[in-house]
Amino acid sequence: MKEIVVISGKGGTGKTSITASFSVLAGRDAILADCDVDAADMHLLLEPDFANPGDFYSGEVSEIIEDKCTQCGECMKVCHFDAISLIDAKHRIDPVSCEGCGYCTHVCPENAIISRELNVGKCFVSSVKTGTKMVHARLGVAADNSGKLVAKVKNEAKELAVKLGKKYVLVDGSPGIGCPVTSSLTGADFVVLVTEPSVSGVHDLKRLYELVKKFRIPAGCIINKADLNSKTSQSIIDYLKEENILYLGSYKYDLAFTRAMTEGKTIVEWDGANSISLSIKESWEKIKESLL
Amino acid sequence: MKIAIASGKGGTGKTTLSTNLSVFLSETEKVVLVDLDVEEPNSGLFIQGKLLSEHIQYKEIPEWVQEACTLCGECQDVCNFNAVIQLGDSIMVFPELCHSCHACSGLCPVGALPMKPKEIGLIRKYKYNNLDFVESRLNIGEEQSTQLIANTNHFTDENYNNDYIKLFDSPPGTSCPVIEATKGVDYVVLITEPTPFGLHDLKLAVDTMRDLNKKFGVVINRYGIGNDDVIGYCEEENISILARIPNRRDIAELYSRGELLYDKVPEFGSEIISLWNNIRKEVEAE
Ligand code: SF4
Ligand code: SF4
Ligand code: SF4
Ligand code: SF4
Repeated sequence: MKEIVVISGKGGTGKTSITASFSVLAGRDAILADCDVDAADMHLLLEPDFANPGDFYSGEVSEIIEDKCTQCGECMKVCHFDAISLIDAKHRIDPVSCEGCGYCTHVCPENAIISRELNVGKCFVSSVKTGTKMVHARLGVAADNSGKLVAKVKNEAKELAVKLGKKYVLVDGSPGIGCPVTSSLTGADFVVLVTEPSVSGVHDLKRLYELVKKFRIPAGCIINKADLNSKTSQSIIDYLKEENILYLGSYKYDLAFTRAMTEGKTIVEWDGANSISLSIKESWEKIKESLL
Repeated sequence: MKIAIASGKGGTGKTTLSTNLSVFLSETEKVVLVDLDVEEPNSGLFIQGKLLSEHIQYKEIPEWVQEACTLCGECQDVCNFNAVIQLGDSIMVFPELCHSCHACSGLCPVGALPMKPKEIGLIRKYKYNNLDFVESRLNIGEEQSTQLIANTNHFTDENYNNDYIKLFDSPPGTSCPVIEATKGVDYVVLITEPTPFGLHDLKLAVDTMRDLNKKFGVVINRYGIGNDDVIGYCEEENISILARIPNRRDIAELYSRGELLYDKVPEFGSEIISLWNNIRKEVEAE
C-alpha cells in the first residue's frame, strides 16, 4: 500500500479539485483521506454519507470551581496566556485564551481548578460515490487544529487501506508549513505539489519543498493555470529539474474547473475529454508509474 | 482602527485585497499593513518596500541543567504537551512541541529547567512610499505560529499608535492562529469565492466570527464564476456584502506577476473604494 499526499502551501491552487479527480480515477483502488481539516471541501465533490461519526478530543481547558476558590490569586500569577483575570472580585478563566497547559491546576492550594478534555470535532468514515471509503473530519468552531486530528484521519485511512487490501491512500493534505502539514506528510510515499505560476505560488512552492526535503519523500509537481504566466511556468519547470522533482504536467487556466465544482462534480467526470481532464489522467499515470 | 482581512481558506484573494487596500489608503491616510499569515507571508511580494529594521522573535523553552536535576520526573508529569520527557537518566526537551507555559520550569523542585529563548521567526519593518509594512515570518520546521502572531500583535501596538489605520492580513482557516490574529480588531473582512467550496468555507468562518463576537462583512472575489448561493446565504444571514471583485483574466495575470491592481484595473479600483466606504460605515455604526 502506497500513500500519496497532495499539498500546495497556500490554497486556491486547485489542490482539492485535483485530488478529487485523482480519487475518481483511482476508484476502488484507493482509500481517501481529507486532511485539509480547516477547509475540508472534498466531500462537496465526492458525496460521502457521513457514516460512523466519532467525537474527537484534543487538548484541555481549565475551569475554576467557584465554591472551592478562596480568591488567593496564585493561579493568575502562573498563567502565561493571560487566560485568568479578576472580574467582579472573582478569578475566572477565559476558555478561548486558555492553552490547557494545566500549570494553574498544579499551584492552586485549594484544588479548585479542574481540566476537561476539549471536544474539537467529528471524524467520519464514509462511503463515497467512487465506490470506496473516505475518512474525513469536521473541526469545531474555533478549535485548535494542532495536527492531531490530521494524524487521526490519516491513520484511520491507512488502517482501513491495509484491512481492505487497497493499493493507495490518497490524501488531500493540509495548507501551510506548520503542524498540520507536518502531520499530513509523516509516513507518505509520494508528495504531489500543486502550484500556480504567480510570484506567491513560486514562493510558497519553494518554502513548502524545504519542508518536504526534511522528510526525504519523493515529490512531483503540477503547475495549474500555467498559461497565466508562461515565463514563470518555465522558471518553475527549471526549478523542478534542479531539485529533482518529477514534473507531472501543466494545466490550462480554465473556468471548467469551477463549472464542474458548481455541479458537485470533478472535472474528469464533468467532461472527460476536456484538456485539463486529459492532463489530470496523464499526471495520475505518472504518479502510479513512479510508485512501482 | 484595526481591521483584519481573513478567509475560511487560503487562496481566495486575501493578500491581493490587503495589499491593494492598504496602498490605496496610504495615499491619504497613515496606514500600517501587518502580514500575520506567518506560515506563508506573501504581502511582501507585492509591496517591495525599503527594509527599515529586523527583529528576531523568540519563544521560551526549558533548558535542562543536568548537574542540578534529581530525576524526580515532575517535569514529565506536568507537561500537557509531551514536550519534556525523561529517558533513562536524562531529560529531553522537544522545542517544537513546547507551548512555553513554564509549568515544568516553575514546578521543578530544584530549578533544573530554566526557560531560555529560542528563535522562532523574524519580524521585518518596511516603508513603501507612504505605507508602513510589517512582515512576520515563521521559521521552517517551527510548528507553533500562534506565539509568533501574538508577538507581532504586540510589536505592532508598540510601534504604531492609534492614529494609524492598522490592517492585518490574517492566516487562513478557523483555528487558533486566526483567533489570535483577530483578537483585538474592530472589524473583520471575510473573503470568499462564489462557488460551493467558497460557500462552505465562508460558513465556517462566519460561525467562528460569531463565536468570537466580531463584527464582520464579506467580500466576494472572482465575482461572476460559480453561482449565486453565496449572495443568497449573506442575504439570509443578514451579512453585509462589502464589495464584489469581478473575475477577469487581466486581474489574474497582473496578480501572477506580483503587481498591484487598484491603479491599473478601474473595475477593481472602484471596488476597493466602495469596500473602504462600507467598512467605515460598518465600524462607525452604533
Ligand atoms: S491551564 Fe494554563 S493557560 Fe489555562 S488557565 Fe491554567 S495556566 Fe492558564
Ligand atoms: S489558585 Fe485556586 S484558590 Fe487561588 S484564586 Fe486560583 S482557583 Fe482560586
Ligand atoms: S522536575 Fe526538575 S529535578 Fe525533576 S526530573 Fe525534571 S528537571 Fe529533573
Ligand atoms: S514549558 Fe510547558 S509546554 Fe514547554 S516543556 Fe515545559 S511544561 Fe511542557
